[in-house]
Amino acid sequence: MRSNNLNEAERVLTICNACRYCEGFCAVFPAMELRRAFTAGDLNYLANLCHNCRGCYYACQYAPPHEFQVNVPQTLARLRLETYRECCRPRLFRSLLNGSAVPVGLVTALATALVLFAARFGGGPGALFETHLGAGAFYRLIPYWAMVLPFTAAAALAILVLGRGLTVFWSATGGNPAEFRDLRAHLHAAWDVLRLRYLEGGGDGCNYPDERFSMSRRYFHHAVFHGFLLCLASTSLAFVYDHLLGRAAPYPVLSWPVALGTLGGLALLIGTGGMIYLKTKMDRAPAAEESFGMDLAFVLLLFAVSLTGLLLLLLRSTPTMGTLLVLHLGCVAGFFLTLPYGKFLHSVYRYAALARNAGEQFRQRAGSAENDPSA
Amino acid sequence: MNKLYDVLVIGGGNAALCAAMTAREAGCSVLMLESAPREFRGGNSRHTRNLRYCHDQGNAFLTGPYEEEEFWNDLLLVTKGQTNQALARHVIRESRNLGGWMEAHGGRFQPAMRGTLHLARTNAFFLGGGKALMNAYYATAGRLGVEVLYEATCQDLELDQGVFTAARFDHLGESRTVQARVVVLASGGYEANLDWLKESWGPAAENFIVRGCPYDRGRMLRVMLDHGARPVGDPTQGHAVAIDARAPKFDGGIVTRLDCVPFGIVVNRDGRRFHDEGEDFWPKRYAIWGRLVAGQPDQIAYCLIDAKSIDLFMPSVFPPITAGSIGEMAERLGLDPNALEQTVAGFNAAVRPGRFHPGELDECATAGLDPPKSHWARPLNTPPFYGYPLRPGITFTYLGLTVTARAQVVMADGQPAPNIFAAGEIMAGNILGQGYMAGFGMTIGTVYGRIAGREAARHALEQSERS
Repeated sequence: MRSNNLNEAERVLTICNACRYCEGFCAVFPAMELRRAFTAGDLNYLANLCHNCRGCYYACQYAPPHEFQVNVPQTLARLRLETYRECCRPRLFRSLLNGSAVPVGLVTALATALVLFAARFGGGPGALFETHLGAGAFYRLIPYWAMVLPFTAAAALAILVLGRGLTVFWSATGGNPAEFRDLRAHLHAAWDVLRLRYLEGGGDGCNYPDERFSMSRRYFHHAVFHGFLLCLASTSLAFVYDHLLGRAAPYPVLSWPVALGTLGGLALLIGTGGMIYLKTKMDRAPAAEESFGMDLAFVLLLFAVSLTGLLLLLLRSTPTMGTLLVLHLGCVAGFFLTLPYGKFLHSVYRYAALARNAGEQFRQRAGSAENDPSA
Repeated sequence: MNKLYDVLVIGGGNAALCAAMTAREAGCSVLMLESAPREFRGGNSRHTRNLRYCHDQGNAFLTGPYEEEEFWNDLLLVTKGQTNQALARHVIRESRNLGGWMEAHGGRFQPAMRGTLHLARTNAFFLGGGKALMNAYYATAGRLGVEVLYEATCQDLELDQGVFTAARFDHLGESRTVQARVVVLASGGYEANLDWLKESWGPAAENFIVRGCPYDRGRMLRVMLDHGARPVGDPTQGHAVAIDARAPKFDGGIVTRLDCVPFGIVVNRDGRRFHDEGEDFWPKRYAIWGRLVAGQPDQIAYCLIDAKSIDLFMPSVFPPITAGSIGEMAERLGLDPNALEQTVAGFNAAVRPGRFHPGELDECATAGLDPPKSHWARPLNTPPFYGYPLRPGITFTYLGLTVTARAQVVMADGQPAPNIFAAGEIMAGNILGQGYMAGFGMTIGTVYGRIAGREAARHALEQSERS
């Protein structure tokens, strides 16, 4: 038996497939048009292909209060949360994806407490509120191994679980391994992601936070995405400096890890701040209320990571360094631990859906060229 | 309302918006009265998806040129000459490069949709459809300073010796009056007024489904005819197609259409066929089927296809009624099984073998059958069988107000009313006396909306200078 969300998505997309006015907005509608009927896998695939730009909601002649009650962004957002649960591994953690902010909040609080504990006992009494200067200052609070081992483990675990989720999603939405090896499709999808193509709407942006077309969300999302990549580069580089080159943190302001991290942190701060602001302003009608907490928690946590990181950089020669370090590490730990059980999943499944879509459209075009006698 | 507006626009669809924006850009104060609530604003334009216009070269969304003579010949073909050549050519000429003006007012286009490639050269498709275009126009109108009242239904116009002085309208349960130097009537036709339709179609109209909004009740048309305006167009003519009988009574729009007729047979309540289902390509024939179904007992018909044809046409919104045999199908549809089996057997026996091709006027036809099926005739013999109930779906009416090339409403004595203008469906009958051509209603609305806005502004500004 299909879930209510699947039934509703099927009902709505059946109406859309008989209308097709929105096909110029994004990839969802052209993908829908390749089908006459929708399997559960198709519906989950289309739901994750949706970027929630909302163009189709405001353009829809059947949107509420019309009796057909077509609300594509909301319907697909609800189904996405269900996809996240269905593809969640281990299954035991499925209930973490309940759409609320509680799991992320709890895990982050717990992680911060653990870091505090480590700092309290690692650095000795009073060390938390003292000034520490020079190379290895951080390790005087938290021993080297206590910092490296848990974080490497958390990051590795997150990557493993996300990778597993990707394969589960791929097969659950009807994709086969051969399709996954289509390099051209991956390049196409990567390009779609890098430019956030489908937050462009038809060229004027999304209808977000309200009915007006705007590029603001796309720009803020760009800042988050690229800021995140810069921070990742900074952290990886710092890892190399520290563990392979033997240069212990903290690093001078004019060093690659700090420069990249500062730039990335600022971009993250602006991007997440902007997205939080837009979220508070957004029209709730096309939104899925049940995942609001989860969505907000993710952006807030990223905001906290970048804010504490930047403050740590600014104030690392003051006695507040210890507190900031604990907060920053707590947030980073919370972020990595909850990575596969929150809003971050959208990037993995969205990418998979885009890759599947690129391959599908390539094959479709090749097929119709073969069948078309004029071609 | 105490304020004296330069231009009062009655209506809230494409023509009304084009008139309002144009008059406002000319420097007039403009008030628009839209009878629908905000969520349903835009009249039947919200159900449209493209507009046909003259252009001398292709662009990002049109595949090639479309010139006046070809446009005119296309119009002549569909109207069978039921058009006013001077006004029609005027519309065609004024439509030249309309896309640029629309884009400047917020409209966005996309290349022709899959399945509508026959329109790719002549018609520009709105990104997101007609409602998206209306949203863009409302946003632009708002930015320009056009005042809009929703749920404001104009009930009557006050005329003083043929000169418009004021309009009485209901707004949120209150009766109000507004004065204006000029009025533009752009309030659509009367296809949602079943009582009026019954006057010309008889009781059959009770079973019509209105494809568009429930707000097009023809009040302004009636008011002006009562004031002695000269009518145009045949009241018994309307654009009606056969749509899924399960569609809502109003506002079902595009998704209720059914494109399966050429691939099956259509029977009436008595289980008998009544017209050649394969006369021509569906886009050339769909518009006659509303009238054909309206002429059948109880205004109902059923299209039957079999498993061979289910994937040959655009999917529709309601699932087909499915059966393993013709007898079972008859029971599901509430038809006499014997009659239906007899019809299908007779049809199957009359089908001559031939090469089936859905994209061509193929050679699959019946022999010795009345009515014949000229193309795409294949025996109904492969279960499961699929059935779709059909009803007449009325899209628009032809009866309207006679206008001049300057969009002035012509009175019974042949004189144009000095300050009453009309645009859109209320005057489309001048140009479209019969038949229909995709995207042409929006052409008339946009061109005449702009003319009405321009001329109304000219008149209003002259008046205000004098006073």
